[in-house]
Amino acid sequence: MIPKPESVHWIAAAICLLIGLLLVAEAIVGPEVFRRRAWRAYSFPAVVVLSSVLLWAITIFSTFSTMHLLAHALWAQAALVAGAVELAIVRGKLRSPSWALVPAFALLVSGMAFLVHEPNPWLYSRSAFLHHAIGWMLVVVSIFPLGQALRPGRVVWRAGFALTFVLLAVLLFADRDVAPIFGRFGTGGP
Amino acid sequence: MSSEIATSIPREDERQETARRPWRALAIQLLGPLTILGGVVWAIAQPYRIVLLDRAGQGIYDYLFQAPLLVMLVGLAFSFVIAPGLVDDLEAEDRRDPEA
Repeated sequence: MIPKPESVHWIAAAICLLIGLLLVAEAIVGPEVFRRRAWRAYSFPAVVVLSSVLLWAITIFSTFSTMHLLAHALWAQAALVAGAVELAIVRGKLRSPSWALVPAFALLVSGMAFLVHEPNPWLYSRSAFLHHAIGWMLVVVSIFPLGQALRPGRVVWRAGFALTFVLLAVLLFADRDVAPIFGRFGTGGP
Repeated sequence: MSSEIATSIPREDERQETARRPWRALAIQLLGPLTILGGVVWAIAQPYRIVLLDRAGQGIYDYLFQAPLLVMLVGLAFSFVIAPGLVDDLEAEDRRDPEA
């Protein structure tokens, strides 16, 4: 009864899309209005911590490949640390903008894990293509929380960080267990 | 000129802020429907991603997690759970601080 990898990746994509919409909304209205209701303020860190728990579950059950196991463990750890820091920021325990370096580091390490654990070139398969695309995307977008830490207060950092999750959702939704790089097996169609 | 009559000229960025606020509420209200629309367009473009329309060789998880439907579900959740309260808070903020 263990779901197929593509089903799990689509659930992750839906969670990423929800996080992305929440962060886009926060970028539009500003943190002061967004955090007026406690459940809304805690939703982002809570979902990130929940994602970490789910990633740990995948790490435990998805034991077919050591590289996949290590990569999922690293993503789980990165999500847990980033979620904990976000939780402390919302709670008011951490106030320095420099704490945004933690999600920046989490994104960078996660991206590198994607790239390192994919042994095949970009056009080898759909999976290889997505690993490279997501990996490089995460490495590049780590500049947004980095910018938030170095030059806080600019909307572009918050908007970029928010759109990161929307883009990640699009790429995860594109995942298929069996498919050519672009298109669908067996039909010749798109 | 008497300082009782003369008032300060509003700063440019404050005026822009006032003019932009209705767009913020509109943008929040549009996020959910646009997401739902994205799911619908995706379902039309790739109907084989909807298992109900293409049942051959599908398992229980294929029925539970159909990608375009997940997108629509997220859009619905945002539209009905998150957006209304956010718009209310934005309007409350405008009423509380109309000059900002």
